[in-house]
Amino acid sequence: MIEHYLSLLFKAVFVENLALSFFLGMCTFLAVSKRISTALGLGIAVVFVQTITVPANYLINEYLLRDGALAWAGLGSVDLSFLGLITYIGVIAAMVQILEMILDRYFPALHATLGIFLPLITVNCAILGGSLFMVERGYDLGESLVYGFGSGLGWALAIVLLAGIREKLKYSDVPAGLQGLGITFITTGLMAMAFMSFSGIQL
Amino acid sequence: MDASQRKLLIAPIVDNNPITLQILGICSALAVTTKVAPAITMSLALTFVLVGSNLIVSLIRQHMPSSIRIIIQMTIIASLVILVDQVLKAFAYELSKQLSVFVGLIITNCIVLGRAEAFASKNPPWPSVLDALGHSVGYSVILISVGAIRELFGSGSLLGVQIMPLTSAGGWYEANGLMLLAPGAFFIIGLMIWGLRTWKPEQLEKPDYRIHIVHRTEVL
Repeated sequence: MIEHYLSLLFKAVFVENLALSFFLGMCTFLAVSKRISTALGLGIAVVFVQTITVPANYLINEYLLRDGALAWAGLGSVDLSFLGLITYIGVIAAMVQILEMILDRYFPALHATLGIFLPLITVNCAILGGSLFMVERGYDLGESLVYGFGSGLGWALAIVLLAGIREKLKYSDVPAGLQGLGITFITTGLMAMAFMSFSGIQL
Repeated sequence: MDASQRKLLIAPIVDNNPITLQILGICSALAVTTKVAPAITMSLALTFVLVGSNLIVSLIRQHMPSSIRIIIQMTIIASLVILVDQVLKAFAYELSKQLSVFVGLIITNCIVLGRAEAFASKNPPWPSVLDALGHSVGYSVILISVGAIRELFGSGSLLGVQIMPLTSAGGWYEANGLMLLAPGAFFIIGLMIWGLRTWKPEQLEKPDYRIHIVHRTEVL
């Protein structure tokens, strides 16, 4: 049982890295990776939100939306799965808002660090993508908790690594046309290549 | 159509391209471009959502309280995306399987919310539609050309028609597998940006540090 979860975690962090093999959350990934400290703040916020929203969306899908899910209320023939997308994005927006209020009330120091990144996360496709993959692959509650945490961690790892590379890269002599965005794409491509070496590894 | 309206339509194609200059909507540009067909489907889906959301947001812009405008815009976009998703599932099931979660991810495609927020909520409907069309074309041009490069060199075909016969099928072209993998997509877009910025030097970014070349007389 434990091995199953460990293998899923490893797969979510390295083999199926959301940023480097599924290209999710790329806009923020490229725009907010100039410094390690900001990248780390954003990364932690993503892990937080992802770990909460994936299981939350699992519960909503399982007990309200999927075909026959309303059987407990005597409405066995109702299929609300077409409402999935709008519900998930609503849950994500609400969760981010609640998280922001809780952090503000109980952990002001953490809120000061993560504060500006939280609203950004609502429109980060890595978060919505995590929930959609969870539904598509049919994970159960335990698996979606592990998958949410793992995929968030993988995204955070990738953005911190890229920020580390970019901090050094700004001292190098890059051709004028590649300066900034261009060289960042090439660097990310090389990172994706390195992460490909994890493919096929099973724990 | 006067000059300012024409500018709305033309500028996002090269001079202010959403993908290569504004860094918006990159996820789908990389993920659905292993072949041309899904890239075209994705472009059409995005065009529909973007034009629809810009039009609706612009029509109700004077009745929208600014404190809840983001939620309203998200709801409009999500409804349009659900429409596209259901239509694709009903009439093009194979394509919708290939695009997997990326149709749903149009909701979080920053181009859509970005244009609704930056343009449609401040401008009348007709310019908003033109702006949406311009940005859709700018997005589609990049998407389809990346798709064409990846499909041509990765599997020797275009739109499923074999152009360069593969060695595995007795032809002469050895398929470049890297093109079909994640790193290939990053390299192609990176190189496209390089080419575009060499052509249009005003898009160049300033380096954070100037590298100073030391002349030998300075050292002495």
